[in-house]
Amino acid sequence: MIYSIIQFSYIIATALFIFSLHWMKDPKTARHGVFAGIAAMTVAIVSTILEPGIVNWEWISVAIVLGFIVGVPLSKVPLTAVPQRTALSHAFGGLAAGLVGTAKYYLWLETPQDLTIFRMIAIIAEIILGFLTFTGSLMAAGKLQEIKWIPQRPVTYRGQNIINLGLLGIAVIGGIALILNPVEYTFIFPIIIALALMFGVLLVIPIGGADMPTVISLLNSYAGLSAVAMGFVLDNKLLVTAGALDGSSGLILSIIMCKAMNRSFTNVLFGAFGQVQAVKAGAETRTAKQETSEGAAQILEQASKVVIVPGYGMAVAQAQYRIRELYDLLTKQGADVKFAIHPVAGRMPGHMNVLLAEAKIPYEQLIEMDDINSDMPQVDVVIVVGANDVVNPAARSDKTSPIYGMPIIDADKARMCFAIKRSMNPGFAGIENELYFAERTFMLFGDAKAVIGELVKHLSASQAG
Amino acid sequence: MNFRKFLFSNQNKFLILFTFLFFISDIAFAESEGTHSEPDYIGLLFVFMLATFIGLGVVTRVSRLLHTPLMSLTNAISAIAVVGSLILTGLDHPDYITILGAIALFASMTNIVSGFLITDRMLKMFKSKESKKS
Repeated sequence: MIYSIIQFSYIIATALFIFSLHWMKDPKTARHGVFAGIAAMTVAIVSTILEPGIVNWEWISVAIVLGFIVGVPLSKVPLTAVPQRTALSHAFGGLAAGLVGTAKYYLWLETPQDLTIFRMIAIIAEIILGFLTFTGSLMAAGKLQEIKWIPQRPVTYRGQNIINLGLLGIAVIGGIALILNPVEYTFIFPIIIALALMFGVLLVIPIGGADMPTVISLLNSYAGLSAVAMGFVLDNKLLVTAGALDGSSGLILSIIMCKAMNRSFTNVLFGAFGQVQAVKAGAETRTAKQETSEGAAQILEQASKVVIVPGYGMAVAQAQYRIRELYDLLTKQGADVKFAIHPVAGRMPGHMNVLLAEAKIPYEQLIEMDDINSDMPQVDVVIVVGANDVVNPAARSDKTSPIYGMPIIDADKARMCFAIKRSMNPGFAGIENELYFAERTFMLFGDAKAVIGELVKHLSASQAG
Repeated sequence: MNFRKFLFSNQNKFLILFTFLFFISDIAFAESEGTHSEPDYIGLLFVFMLATFIGLGVVTRVSRLLHTPLMSLTNAISAIAVVGSLILTGLDHPDYITILGAIALFASMTNIVSGFLITDRMLKMFKSKESKKS
């Protein structure tokens, strides 16, 4: 009876989870999605506690209370730190899966007839996925947080891919041996855990900067799949369904990210970026035209169609509030101001949207790359704020460029372009940006926040006067 | 590519179909399960397959504006590992198992709490033009 009640509430929880994701299709209904998710989680937890035989209440309550103590502050991080927080929570998800798999294996060792082949396959999949997600996500979080002892730039060495794949291969072979004879080769189990932990670190070390959105999405997918594997181990359908929802979501996001960079999965994971190409930069020196903020403000005054292209530089400089002021002033003078969002701008999928929403810019003004490119020739002024590779026309024209084929925002097609940048240093891909040398492009050098602040000052002065 | 187009143009129908199949199969498998010793592998794989298709269908339609909140929401959802950790921690097992379970429970609980809270916090920021005036 209790078993049926539990199973039935799991079905309800699954339906609620599906609705939760369904409501995310529109910002208007999205908050229902959160409530559906919370309801589903509550149903799941309450019905699981009904399970007969649960005795260790003190352990459970301590763990839950600690979860709240750590979880609440983690939800209050500044929005620029959201990528790190996301990576950290993937790490927690992977850790939970890995630990449950480990515990279940040692538990079943006492009654070896329970260690069926199917269960062993599921356990091995669970611990490999779980522990590699754990260390991989910790590394990703460290890189994003810019912790000192974790290298920011991609770390590469000779034979890297062979070593990485070799490690994974050894873990899989060990896993197969263990699946075939789970009782005799118990010593292999900790070795697999160690290999998975190492593989996670090595997988993320060669990845940096602009590839982070893809990696985070991929780790999201792994965290989901490790929950699925846990479902197979524990014979629990709710774990399988919820894990599969997470896994497919991560998969779709990774595919979108890869497409937005015109690269394949294998290329992101195994082809470290930014080392070979760096040599090319600086081969010839050209000078870009410079403009003062005063002059730029005068031009903006006449503009009726303005597009702002934000990039990671905007997040670093925390320029979104200044951009909001600029948006208000331009709107007041009757200009149509839109924001062109490249899918990989920032350090995680949708990063720019959240930052601009934080600055209270209406979401109707945030336009996808594909939808805004056709309007570009009619745009009077494009302002590029801390974006680089995503507006580089070389991706369209220069076959030798490493980013050739990557879809870009056509900032060069607008009537005029202002690029706000600290210096002429090349971006993540280590290549020069053709846009900066284009005829209609003018550079505004300086910190994004300060430069836009000056633009705002000049504009408001002339509007007042 | 054609398959994708086919999938996209018929998204709604597929979604309803899969959801329906999914519930039928889930209830059917829940009924057929008498003994706990031998898990129903095929049933689990079936559920996994259907849930993945539903997930792909639902997530492709999520607004691109909301990809960051989507990720933190799915973070919280995949913390459903809390169910497994609860059972592991709760049942009468040797101490080291209970401790492993409690750590897993702590990790999942953290994800649930911070995942839902931060998703809601971000979603509250997405304002349209109309809602701003009011």
